[in-house]
Amino acid sequence: MLIDHPLLGPRDAREFTYLGSAERLARPDVARDDADAITRFHDYVYLRENPAGPHRELWLHAHGDRSLLIVTRDTRTHDVLSVELAREAGTAETESEVRP
Amino acid sequence: MTDATLGTLGTLVDRPRESGPTFRERLWPATATSTQPQSATRLEGALVDTNRPLSFTFDGRRMHGFAGDTLASALIANGQKLVARSFKYHRPRGILTAGSEEPNALVTLGDGALRETNTRATVVPLFDGLAARSQNHVGSLRFDAMAAADLAAPMLGAGFYYKTFMWPAAFWEKVYEPAIRRAAGLGAISTEPDPNAYDHAFAHCDVLVVGAGPAGLAAARAAARAGASVILADEDQRVGGRLLADTNMIDDVAGVSWADVVAGELDSLPRTRVMTGTTVVGAFDHGVHVAITDHGHAAARSGAPRMTVTRIYAKQTIIAAGATERPIAFANNDRPGIMMASAVRAYVNRFGVAPGTCTVVYTATDDGWRTARDLVDRGQHVAAVIDARPKDDVSAPSIDGVEEHYETHVVSTRGRLGLTTLLLSDGREVFCDCLAVSGGWNPNVQLTCHKRGRPKWREEIAAFVSSAKGDAAQIPIGAAAGTFGLGQTLKDGHRAGVEAATSSGFGGRAGDAPAAESDATGVSAFFYVGESRRYGRAWLDFQNDVTAKDIGLAHLEGFRSVEHAKRYTTLGMATDQGKTANVLGISLLAEAAGTTIAETGTTIYRPPYTPVPIGAFAGRARGKAFRPTRKTAGHDWAADAGASFVEAGAWLRAEWFTRDGETHWRQSVDREVNTVRNAVGICDVSTLGKIDVQGRDAAVFLDRVYANTMSSLKVGRTRYGLMLREDGIVFDDGTAARFREDHFLVTTTTANAGRVFEHLEFCHQGLWPDLDVRFESVTDHWFQVAIAGPSARALLERVVDDPASVTNDAFPFMACGETTVCGGTPARLFRVSFSGELGYELALPSRFGASLMARLAKAGADLDCTPYGVEALNVLRIEKGHVSGGELNGQTTARALGLGRMVSDRKDCIGGVLRNRPHLVSDDDPILVGFKPIDGESELTAGAHFFATGAEQITANDEGHMTSVCYSPTLGSPIGLGLLLRGPDRIGETVVAADPVRNRAVEVEVCAPHFFDPEGARLRG
Repeated sequence: MLIDHPLLGPRDAREFTYLGSAERLARPDVARDDADAITRFHDYVYLRENPAGPHRELWLHAHGDRSLLIVTRDTRTHDVLSVELAREAGTAETESEVRP
Repeated sequence: MTDATLGTLGTLVDRPRESGPTFRERLWPATATSTQPQSATRLEGALVDTNRPLSFTFDGRRMHGFAGDTLASALIANGQKLVARSFKYHRPRGILTAGSEEPNALVTLGDGALRETNTRATVVPLFDGLAARSQNHVGSLRFDAMAAADLAAPMLGAGFYYKTFMWPAAFWEKVYEPAIRRAAGLGAISTEPDPNAYDHAFAHCDVLVVGAGPAGLAAARAAARAGASVILADEDQRVGGRLLADTNMIDDVAGVSWADVVAGELDSLPRTRVMTGTTVVGAFDHGVHVAITDHGHAAARSGAPRMTVTRIYAKQTIIAAGATERPIAFANNDRPGIMMASAVRAYVNRFGVAPGTCTVVYTATDDGWRTARDLVDRGQHVAAVIDARPKDDVSAPSIDGVEEHYETHVVSTRGRLGLTTLLLSDGREVFCDCLAVSGGWNPNVQLTCHKRGRPKWREEIAAFVSSAKGDAAQIPIGAAAGTFGLGQTLKDGHRAGVEAATSSGFGGRAGDAPAAESDATGVSAFFYVGESRRYGRAWLDFQNDVTAKDIGLAHLEGFRSVEHAKRYTTLGMATDQGKTANVLGISLLAEAAGTTIAETGTTIYRPPYTPVPIGAFAGRARGKAFRPTRKTAGHDWAADAGASFVEAGAWLRAEWFTRDGETHWRQSVDREVNTVRNAVGICDVSTLGKIDVQGRDAAVFLDRVYANTMSSLKVGRTRYGLMLREDGIVFDDGTAARFREDHFLVTTTTANAGRVFEHLEFCHQGLWPDLDVRFESVTDHWFQVAIAGPSARALLERVVDDPASVTNDAFPFMACGETTVCGGTPARLFRVSFSGELGYELALPSRFGASLMARLAKAGADLDCTPYGVEALNVLRIEKGHVSGGELNGQTTARALGLGRMVSDRKDCIGGVLRNRPHLVSDDDPILVGFKPIDGESELTAGAHFFATGAEQITANDEGHMTSVCYSPTLGSPIGLGLLLRGPDRIGETVVAADPVRNRAVEVEVCAPHFFDPEGARLRG
């Protein structure tokens, strides 16, 4: 498997550590004493989509430049549809999804 | 049984022309003294070098061959037809094929540590001194005592181990299974480490061409001429593929010469690489391929790697992997002397050896007739061609002097250790010692299956061909794509080469496609001689001993899906993955179900294409090289000082330092502990993870990743820190030292250094990328030593350049700062303590590690300074109730460890919300407390479970467990830490620490976890 690193070009998957679904980026922004704080964090920590199709996931370039990448990969074909730097894509996501 | 039936059917007898030796001697030249062994001469035009004779042994018998031979061709040349016993029934077996698909001729090479089992004789290049042995027999190969298994065959059909040998139940494990395992199987492996070396390599190209037969050569040449960088890989030792075994002309020259010319042209191009002896065993995502280059046994013995595993990165892949000929199933079709027709042709044309003296061809294809023709052209005797098809369906031309029989079948054979007689469907018997069988060609679709190609049945060529659904970057051509005529194959190959180059951005002139005539390629979908059923078993999968009967049984028992039938019968599950077997099995399954092969479908091939030794995948990463040992800069000093070492993660750490007169480790550890408590000790703590954190938002960032507050930490101070996981469980602990407003150094446990660093990357880049913070692992940059004990400051004053800077007032408990030591060497100093004594940690650039330890030891000699290891460190921290690995076990909360008050509820942090989940804050949670044996001397064991005195020791009464234990020389008693239900409320109670694994139970008193100096007065002095 190759991941087309936005800064470094195509790199072998062996240079990366898989850090799970990109849903991990949508950390709830709640006050600790909110009534639903525990429920929302429970869902954030434990509930994952398991799509047959495009899946956004986190790959850390652990044996490279340590960039955290969001790789959108089709789980049916393993085609990599897009690769973004988490530090550029993540901001928009947390803001839009967590502070609607 | 079978043979008795046969006798009544013989009417006509066709004998080979008798002249010179007797008939039996002609059949078995190896056992006859009067015949000239074939090894001395070869048929004209053979591709072996008769000027380079080689000597080898088989089962201890000396034999001879030539450079260019495979072990299989040399065995045939030496008249050795019987080469193996089969997996399950111990049937005598010979060589079936001339390629990597060989299911029968598996032998053991070499001896001792170099022993290599289940090696296919058909792919081993012969070398001088090769020693091969046959496998899976008790006694000699000819008289295998286990051959009785064949008589027990009715009890050993598909899935027999689910149905027979069931009673009495206790016998399965003790009697039946061991006996079956001894009886079945192939070679016995060596239990010594493999002395061979295996290398890993990487290669990149625009176009990878798999297979250097005519299609592959044409494709590689076209792509290379167009300008693409090309890798051409072939499993054989030389290029040519079927051209080596056949007699075709290409562009008016012999096929073999044409192949050599093309290979020469490819070799001359700078961006092209021809890799022979190289099998592409797997195709993976995004053009990644794994290829195994076999450098041969001879090369390995002179120091070369045994194999190289190359990861090939290709933009386009042309699959020119050819096709594999399949047999026809009829009774007793597995005798030595029954071979694939294409293999007979290969042995005669390429190696110049005739597998038999009198050959019959049994075919359902026009291709089978080529074998008869080539044999006759080379002066070999062919008794008959028996074609399963009606005459009208046959396009192949007749051959002078060879009988032809149409719509006729071989129904059974005879010959105990080798073929002697055929029984035909018309009732005739034919004497022959070689039967060449041609049942059609299976395109080698394996690499397309690896990329999700799902083969589709094409009735007109009677073969599964890869569907278009696979990977667009894979282009199957030639026989691998179901194109069998040579002329068309060359055209397709040329065009594919041009297309692949164009897709990669190269449009140079590729020249004309090579031209050749095509032979007749007609074939009928014919697999099994149904009328042979009453003569005995018909083999489908030779390697796993699966017969036509087994498939019928699987169908009867309801295994209808091809995948289920495969697993139930083990068809195609041997190391050859059923290259010759699968289609036969599928055809029988289809017939039993009354459906078609297309509807039945095929099983899927997975990597590797051919078996690969595990050692090849391991490469050089074996033993210590698999996980390199990390040593601190103080390692060599510690070794000189008498340390023994223990593994801590990848690190080696000193566990204790043995001094003269100490004979037991406890003496060393007790002395080290006492010295730290009463004088001073030094301990190398460099293995703790160190992460340098800098930036305007460094403090904010640390507040979010630590459960406690770091932003309130003053510059020049250090604080203990606790990190949680997002689920609220404790992740790691360590310290954070603040050098400037925007500069921290945080430490982690040795074990979690990598994980914490990765976690910080996720938190920063994934969660809070707007924070202005950067961090770097500096674990290897700094050597760090703990100096602990009442005399710690006295010792420190002797190495720091400004002793006034380390007084209790100038540098109080938890202070940190930069300093210089030993006359100007920059250093960092932290006043922290894991031992509970007055303590410092002094950090110097790593290169000073050994000299710093030496300097401290020397400077502290009159202070009774001792180095101490991790065992003493552990005793010291248990005495103080400090948590470590046993307590930070991934299941404990801050509250359970007695650290709940550290967690700040005034800020958001990782794990801050879920740590308050109801079941993590329940009063029934085990909480950390200390334990002492009531009798003051009974040894405690970590992992022991707590029970109320007198309670039955069952799970329902379990009250927690012991996490750490040691003998405390300070208290003169064993002590322990553990997690106990409502522990802090039960101080003074007696409970039982039960260790049923070691059959121990000790009464212990519950006490506070701080056994020594609970107020911490010694730290602050």
